[in-house]
Amino acid sequence: MRQFRIILTLLLAACPLRANDIPQDARRSGSTFMAPETRAMQDDDTANPGMLWVQEGEALWTRADGAAGKTCADCHGDAQASMRGVAARYPAFDRELGRPVDLEARINLERARHQEAPALPYESRQLLALTAFVARQSQGMPITAGQDPELAPFVEGGHALFTRREGQLNLSCANCHDDNWDKHLAGSAITQAHPTGYPLYRLEWQSLGSLQRRLRGCIFGVRAQPYEFGAPELVALELYLMTRAAGMAMEAPAVRP
Amino acid sequence: MAALINVPQRARRGDIIEIKTLMSHIMETGYRRTATGDVVPRDIITSFTCRYNGTEIFRAELFPAIAANPFISFFTTAAESGTFDFEWIGDNGFSATAKAAITVE
Repeated sequence: MRQFRIILTLLLAACPLRANDIPQDARRSGSTFMAPETRAMQDDDTANPGMLWVQEGEALWTRADGAAGKTCADCHGDAQASMRGVAARYPAFDRELGRPVDLEARINLERARHQEAPALPYESRQLLALTAFVARQSQGMPITAGQDPELAPFVEGGHALFTRREGQLNLSCANCHDDNWDKHLAGSAITQAHPTGYPLYRLEWQSLGSLQRRLRGCIFGVRAQPYEFGAPELVALELYLMTRAAGMAMEAPAVRP
Repeated sequence: MAALINVPQRARRGDIIEIKTLMSHIMETGYRRTATGDVVPRDIITSFTCRYNGTEIFRAELFPAIAANPFISFFTTAAESGTFDFEWIGDNGFSATAKAAITVE
């Protein structure tokens, strides 16, 4: 018994995981919790409603906007080549701002810096369409977010938020998504919080939505005050969640119930 | 308005083929209210039709209980090469069309 305990201690010390983290080989995408019908909807490009936004984003990619009169394609060319793997490494560190930005914020920064166009509001159809189109180019690729050493303190910050209890229900994200992911909350599966498919089409929303929208929904669910869209706390959470899912395959635009 | 259509490009004469259509639409029921109590006006697709070389082969009436971005799938027999014409009509003058070609051999 004592020997076993020593081995266990050594194993735990050697393991880079944080306490209560889901073991690497037990990680599952949210899609594995869904009914077969919903998975079929996600896997069929002509039944997946998220593809409507991808189609719109493709049209926006080559449409001139802003005072500079430039299109996305003027700088980035064919998105199939230039945007491959991009969404898989976001949120990424922006040196000018000195903090991480998610894909939505990156699109708006590019609009401001190169197109001289106004920022698109969070959850607006256009921003979701462009994000979905860019994210789609990474479908099937492994998530690589968080590798930039500059991001380390923000990943830590995100993890701290993930494990901090808050709201009237006094729950942290980890209380559900680390400790109880194999159970149900009412009729819904509690998943492992691996954001592999964002932006995704949620049947409950009847629309595509961003990871920030999902996070705000969860925060509201524990009866805490949600952060505003674009808040550094939400980006830190997004970043931590993406590193949590590092190596898992991108599914955007996914479908979820 | 964007639509996604899935019709097999080729089929053998007499084959039963599946046609899948997905239309971008909010399908606002007209039963919801805003935070200030005003009714959000109804805005739905009311009718969908599919013509195969000009002949109507499928028609559906849509109602407020149908979800946003309606997905409609149905079957027909591949009779001859030609075109499927799809049309969606709805509230506030909504009208959208799409086409798909098929080769029957």
